[in-house]
Amino acid sequence: MTAVSIPNPERKLALTNLGIAYTAFIIGTLCGLLQVFIRNDALQLPAWLDYYQILTAHGVLLALIFTTFFIFGFFQSGMSKTLGAFGPKVVLWNWIGLIITTIGTVMATVMIVIGEASVLYTFYAPMMANGFFYVGLALFVIGTWVQSFALVGHYRVWRKANKGEKSPLFAFMTVATIILWVIACLGVVATVLFQFIPWAFGWQDSINVGLSRSLFWYFGHPLVYFWLLPAYIAWYVIVPKLIGGKVFSDSLARLAFILFILFSIPVGFHHQLTEPGIASFWKFLQTVLTFMVIVPSLMTAFSLFAVFETRGRELGGKGLFGWFTKLPWKDVRFTSIFVAMLFFIPGGAGGIINASFQMNEVIHNTLWVVGHFHITVGTPVAMTFFGVTFWLVPYLTKRVFTRSLQRLAFLQIITWSIGMLLMSTAQHVLGLFGAPRRTAYTGYQHEDAQSWFEGIISNHVTMAVGGSILFLSATILVFIVIQLTWFAPKAESVNQEIFPIAVSESKETPKILENWKVWIGVAFVLIAIAYTVPIMDMIQHAPPGSKGFQTW
Amino acid sequence: MHLHKYEKIWLSFGFAALIIFLSVVGVSAFHQGHTPSGGLQKVDPDNLEATPPFDSPGVYEKEDGSYEVIAIAEAFGYTPTEIQVPAGEEVTFKVTSKDVTHSFSIVDTNVNMMVVPGKVNEKTHTFEDPGTYLIVCNEYCGSGHHFMSMEIEVVEQ
Repeated sequence: MTAVSIPNPERKLALTNLGIAYTAFIIGTLCGLLQVFIRNDALQLPAWLDYYQILTAHGVLLALIFTTFFIFGFFQSGMSKTLGAFGPKVVLWNWIGLIITTIGTVMATVMIVIGEASVLYTFYAPMMANGFFYVGLALFVIGTWVQSFALVGHYRVWRKANKGEKSPLFAFMTVATIILWVIACLGVVATVLFQFIPWAFGWQDSINVGLSRSLFWYFGHPLVYFWLLPAYIAWYVIVPKLIGGKVFSDSLARLAFILFILFSIPVGFHHQLTEPGIASFWKFLQTVLTFMVIVPSLMTAFSLFAVFETRGRELGGKGLFGWFTKLPWKDVRFTSIFVAMLFFIPGGAGGIINASFQMNEVIHNTLWVVGHFHITVGTPVAMTFFGVTFWLVPYLTKRVFTRSLQRLAFLQIITWSIGMLLMSTAQHVLGLFGAPRRTAYTGYQHEDAQSWFEGIISNHVTMAVGGSILFLSATILVFIVIQLTWFAPKAESVNQEIFPIAVSESKETPKILENWKVWIGVAFVLIAIAYTVPIMDMIQHAPPGSKGFQTW
Repeated sequence: MHLHKYEKIWLSFGFAALIIFLSVVGVSAFHQGHTPSGGLQKVDPDNLEATPPFDSPGVYEKEDGSYEVIAIAEAFGYTPTEIQVPAGEEVTFKVTSKDVTHSFSIVDTNVNMMVVPGKVNEKTHTFEDPGTYLIVCNEYCGSGHHFMSMEIEVVEQ
């Protein structure tokens, strides 16, 4: 903790990751803006561009590219901050990984733009995109693995040099997230390498559709925890420091992350509840496992509010809720993340509804689901990342987050919250009526469908207004990022931004929590229980495979 | 590992809620038979014309007085193009796809089925009220996805 800043190689790495993240962010949000206007019939796209291309780009750029690049930029800075400077090998492999990830990204994006891959980011077979789209996806994942292993390598060097000590909480959580990511990606890598690529290049005539869907969702659910856990790192480790407190309980924080590794993977069937080919028993078993993530979620909620209340009382808050007013609301780095947490309350509750077995039929593939992920990844995760950006970028560029930029940042999070509230509420309500998701526009000639959009909340105008406010907000954010990168005044040593890491007392923390072999072992046992029988069944009792279709 | 007293209360409450939720879902599923659509029957998606029952899609009355609807989804429509069933009777839908993944989702009901090529999805539903119901495809299936819909006529018996 001697030097304020981390060394230059790590700064460059992290800034490159963040730069790509925000480039994807602005293009992705622009796609979102176009979508609400196309659905509104207010906008006609030129002949060479269609709605589903834009929808694919919106999903891929925001859900995969913005999040992943941001996460690695955050991890690289935090690992250097908490474990010390990277060695030359760690730096080199991080760069190699970053370059592979970028090549994969560019390849997949080009295929989307030239109309060869309007398959959406779930790329369900047997819709067949250009083979290079799948190669791009594979490279993207492999690139993230290389960066992941480089960071784990750095962690191992630290553990060797500090035998018997528990690692700093930030590093522990980073490693936990990486373990989750690597195990999760096994599914998507398997289906892309062994099913999609041979099929798309014509080396195999047909594809086992059911198997590809299950392998995708084996990955698809922990993917959302890969977005969420870095946000949780900010909630557990960064936020307490911002308000001047310390981590509520080191051991509980670590335990929560372990539980997320265990219970976010063997649960993919809850995305496939309404489809054939999986026996009800296995769907139900995975539903039960899905619900287990409620435990670490409740632990997290408790810990965070305990920190808030403890700190608020230290600052002189009296009575039942007096502590609440004492929190540093004028600090946008805190307020942004606090609002992000609030959005996660309905977001999490909606998730429980989605996973509730038969209740899933009410909302499956309706606009409700779209509303759901805009108030989970779209706000709690994204807005936490914004909150981190406000100090991480100036920390890395050694510039000042000036008063005027802070005011702009408040405007940004307020507009994002309002836009998201309007748009996602409309989407939730429309979904309950039965309006399907992923449609260019909704012109069904049926009175039910026509009445969907006549509500006060559930109309096209609400969605378009929400979408426009969101894009305005995105523009402000990118303006702030550009300012903080190139134009804000250079920091002196007195006003140099710090990397806020809260104190976490780990003396009492049981050692077993950092015995990764045990937890990876348990994770694989759970995965084997949940998946072996149904996957074997899908392979052994496969129907005749499907040839490829290009239906766009 | 030390747990704060309030945290113990909070987590016990959480566990209790979890057990109650899951019991309700489980009893409803396996005792009352409210499972989501599904099925383990297989078909060759390239050869539906020669595979019963998909060689003749349509509405059939079964011996026990219930009905069966055999339907095929295909970009961007359904066969048969007209479906008429009586209100108050059990109707079992059996649906498969000829090409990509679709859905067969009846608005205002809990019939919301993924239609996956090679597999047959099944769901039983009883329409209480006569009227015209809208069926939409809610799984993205290509450039005409938002046109893929049809109506189902539920008539008074």
